[in-house]
Amino acid sequence: MVMQIGKVSWISGPVIRATGVLDASMLEMVEVGNERMVGEIIGLHGETASIQVYEETSGLKPGAPVYGTGAPLSLELGPGLMGGIFDGVQRPLAALAAQSGSFIGRGVHAHALDRERTWPFKPAVQVGDTLRPGQVWGSVQETPLIEHRLLAPPGVSGVVTAIAAAGERTIEEHLLQVASPGAAQDLTMMQSWPVRQARPYARRLAPRTPLITGQRVIDTFFPLAKGGAAAIPGGFGAGKTVTQHQLAKWSDADVIVYIGCGERGNEITQVLEEFPALVDPRTGRPLMERTILIANTSNMPVAAREASVYTGITMAEYYRDMGYDVALMADSTSRWAEALREISGRLEEMPAEEGFPAYLPARLAAFYERAGQVVTLSGETGSLSIVGAVSPPGGDFSEPVVQHTKRFIRCFWALDKDLANARHFPSVNWLESYSEYLADVQGWWRDNRRLDWKSLQSEAMTILHREASLQQIVRLVGADALPDEERLVLEVARLLREGYLQQSALDEVDTYASAEKQFRMLQLIIEFYHRAKVVIDYHCPIFQIRQLPVITDLLRMKSRIANDRVAELDALEAEINRQIGALEKDYRP
Amino acid sequence: MSRVRLAGGQEVRGLARVEGPLIAVQGVRNVAYDELVEIVAPDGRRLHGRVLEVDEEIAVIQVFEGTAGLSIPETRVRFAGRPLEIPVAAEMLGRVFNGVGTPIDGQPAPLPERWADVNGAPINPTVREYPRQYIATGISAIDGMNTLLRGQKLPIFSGNGLPHDQLAAQLARQARLGGAEAGAEERFAIVFAAMGIKNDVADFFRRSFAESGALVNVAMFLNLAADPVIERLITPRAALTLAEFLAFEKGMHVLVILTDMTNYCEALRQLSSARNEIPGRKGYPGYLYSDLASIYERTGRIRGRGGSITQVPILTMPNDDITHPVPDLTAFITEGQIVVSRDLAQEGVYPPVAVLPSLSRLMKDGIGEGLTRGDHPHVASQMYAAYAHVQDVKSLAAVIGEEELTKVDRQYLEFGQAFERQFIGQGLEEDRSIVQTLEAAWKVLSILPQDELTRLSDDELAEHYGSTEGLAYT
Ligand SMILES: Nc1ncnc2c1ncn2[C@@H]1O[C@H](COP(=O)(O)OP(=O)(O)OP(=O)(O)O)[C@@H](O)[C@H]1O
Ligand SMILES: [Mg+2]
Repeated sequence: MVMQIGKVSWISGPVIRATGVLDASMLEMVEVGNERMVGEIIGLHGETASIQVYEETSGLKPGAPVYGTGAPLSLELGPGLMGGIFDGVQRPLAALAAQSGSFIGRGVHAHALDRERTWPFKPAVQVGDTLRPGQVWGSVQETPLIEHRLLAPPGVSGVVTAIAAAGERTIEEHLLQVASPGAAQDLTMMQSWPVRQARPYARRLAPRTPLITGQRVIDTFFPLAKGGAAAIPGGFGAGKTVTQHQLAKWSDADVIVYIGCGERGNEITQVLEEFPALVDPRTGRPLMERTILIANTSNMPVAAREASVYTGITMAEYYRDMGYDVALMADSTSRWAEALREISGRLEEMPAEEGFPAYLPARLAAFYERAGQVVTLSGETGSLSIVGAVSPPGGDFSEPVVQHTKRFIRCFWALDKDLANARHFPSVNWLESYSEYLADVQGWWRDNRRLDWKSLQSEAMTILHREASLQQIVRLVGADALPDEERLVLEVARLLREGYLQQSALDEVDTYASAEKQFRMLQLIIEFYHRAKVVIDYHCPIFQIRQLPVITDLLRMKSRIANDRVAELDALEAEINRQIGALEKDYRP
Repeated sequence: MSRVRLAGGQEVRGLARVEGPLIAVQGVRNVAYDELVEIVAPDGRRLHGRVLEVDEEIAVIQVFEGTAGLSIPETRVRFAGRPLEIPVAAEMLGRVFNGVGTPIDGQPAPLPERWADVNGAPINPTVREYPRQYIATGISAIDGMNTLLRGQKLPIFSGNGLPHDQLAAQLARQARLGGAEAGAEERFAIVFAAMGIKNDVADFFRRSFAESGALVNVAMFLNLAADPVIERLITPRAALTLAEFLAFEKGMHVLVILTDMTNYCEALRQLSSARNEIPGRKGYPGYLYSDLASIYERTGRIRGRGGSITQVPILTMPNDDITHPVPDLTAFITEGQIVVSRDLAQEGVYPPVAVLPSLSRLMKDGIGEGLTRGDHPHVASQMYAAYAHVQDVKSLAAVIGEEELTKVDRQYLEFGQAFERQFIGQGLEEDRSIVQTLEAAWKVLSILPQDELTRLSDDELAEHYGSTEGLAYT
């Protein structure tokens, strides 16, 4: 029920106060002014409510009415989300453009889900069945990729007394009736859920399956597990957005939720132009068919930016509850934290570190804790993986958002300004990054793909670490002063850096590397190292090794050999053996 | 500012308080947040401001022209009943305005085609069109290494006393549509907004536009160093309001130059501290990012509308510090940055563009086969990589001496020199075609042995390596 609960008494940017508020609750969704702008109560003191308004408040006057809705800020969940693009409070941007043109006007309202559109409904239960919360009672093919499973909302259970026949249905049609202990309940394809509340599941599982991203530095060295949480911090231009776009494109998740939170309009446009044209390597379908976009760009209202991460994660949980593996990217969580800071400042709350409110860590924790691999209420396995970009001022990781985020994630992809400047992309710094999932997913690789990463990974990492300490000497005295064995380490480290870690998002072939290709590539580099080391031990001078033509092949295999032609790496392996074999013969004592 | 429309709104005599750039008025009814106000000073001067905060009793107003001369009892305040709007018209090209859009060139005010809210409104991301056409600026450091696209926002980060104004003026003079569409009939315009810059600088730009015959296509919004500080918070918004009108209603390709954004940010800091807000880094308000975004995001292309807005904001980095909040937050919003280097300037390189920290994020979408030239992406990438290595070699040479360097490393030093002098360095009037720029790149790359050039394909090396044709250096 929408009714007036008070009137505006003070306005300063996105935060207003209303007085005369007797009947309202914390976090209730309200409508403000004659334009009925959406807002949310974020403080109650006596008869005064503090309200954050999700639209531009210019022109609003004291005395304007404030209406209560009696419900918290909630989302519409149902068929029609997939492939859509929404603002921070789930207004569909395409519908807004149809109503108010190229620029986003104020007081424009549109339902998140299309009321007119019909969907091919298929029932999954019969009259007389008992329905439990979270149980699947029907489905529609939402996109060719996604079967949208209709779930009994948490809290709804009873015996099915009526169910609609298969056929084209709209989301408002009553399709199912259950006799609950209290009264009969009618279900439609649509349900509503408060954005700030995590959706329930049966139980959590320990994440053990890797989210395969096709990005070597991630999959090989710093993997994310399905249901895990990762942070990707970096200064401006370090590559956060490109990396997140790469993950959104190539991850082996079923559903992608991408939140552009306080970032650039053009980046959203890029996704909108690219994704429908890009084809998912596993399914051969356009990527947009499994993607939901939330776009609250930097110049859109700051309160809606604050809400956007919740809007995104609630949709993500909804698809998780259908039993899907969902991956969510939030670019950038710093802009969200800054929105919190701005609202907190307007409320004149006591600031903690760098002006951020004292509850910043609690909010971050609550966000990342919504990641997980779970058994859903209907008994399926689903997962929600979270990747949050962090944009620290000056690229300095000691600031509060990075520091607190680190407490709640288990995978840290530290982007490095120097690497980015040298156009080493992804600029994930291999000395500073870590993944606590590394050991957890090794078993999966062994059992499911027969790939034993462990020794390759650790040997490659040892070489990179040795390089880092050798470089300190090189900077002082030059590489020539090192013994050949160490110069070989430098050479192999270069192969690892340029031939393996560097992976251009723009390279048609190398933008995605299959696990098998990654594994073989790393094998060859390590094998090269082992064979060359023997020759160096025979006192073959390093320059002989460095002149081997096979080095160029190793540097270029990433973009020369496509994922479906990994077998061609066998020829390269033979070539390594032949070329080093020749040296071995010459120098064998 | 006689051109501000003030319908007969309510009027109040007397202020409750005056604090820095703010005044507070008591006993008002029906005042809107962000509403425009006219203030009549005791001496009859008319000032303007906008409502920053309002409750049922008091409105707090930011006065653009400053509060000097305002008295508590004798000041009159009239509320306009609408946000700050400026008149926009195609006729405004060729004209000079003050920081809030009033003509100051002595000519009659252009006839408004309509009035537009200076705050604008966010472009719906679903109607944007991704930038893909490159702008040939004739400057190798930009065209070759940091290509600017139509609809991009690419700031120049500079320092006091560095030639950023020359660079921006050269860019504005030479800019034209490159690639396949080059030479097509197009309508160009430049909107220039000055915030707190010296009169000389504004004059330099005016002369530079005049000399190139472009002045008829330029609208200038000037808030100079001696002009009211708070007014400069409006200047870029007024300029962009006109730019949006020209681009999206008149189909023009508009280049917007905003200088100096550091002065703008200081004005914002001043206002924030007058409001007793909790200061963020270096005293700038916590919402500086959002505020800057509300300016920089007013760039781009819209599907179905012919025009575009390309922004080149200029800012001077205090202490040449790129981590200072103004450049830092700017680069977090813009699509790259062109960094001007004091070291290169001191070595006499013009334009002294520091290539390593510079970046055009959209470049990749506007270069290559069919756009600039097929080898461009690899050439740019190889140039970066090699020049980055030059820095390592230089630091090594500083320790062990140049003589001790390997042959290849000495070649890198030579490459570095040529890169700075012959590729980056060019004349103030020199307008290089994209082919000349790429040939210059190949010439300096050819200083290095072929097998160092791992980012170039065999075909590209076969076709271009060793070429020394094509460029007469200045
Ligand atoms: N994997 C990659 N492959 C190729 N180029 C890359 C890659 N990652 C980043 N880049 C380059 O770096 C530029 C900046 O990357 P990106 O836009 O992702 O930075 P960011 O960290 O998101 O910066 P900001 O915080 O300002 O948004 C890109 O435009 C691109 O040129
Ligand atoms: Mg980004």
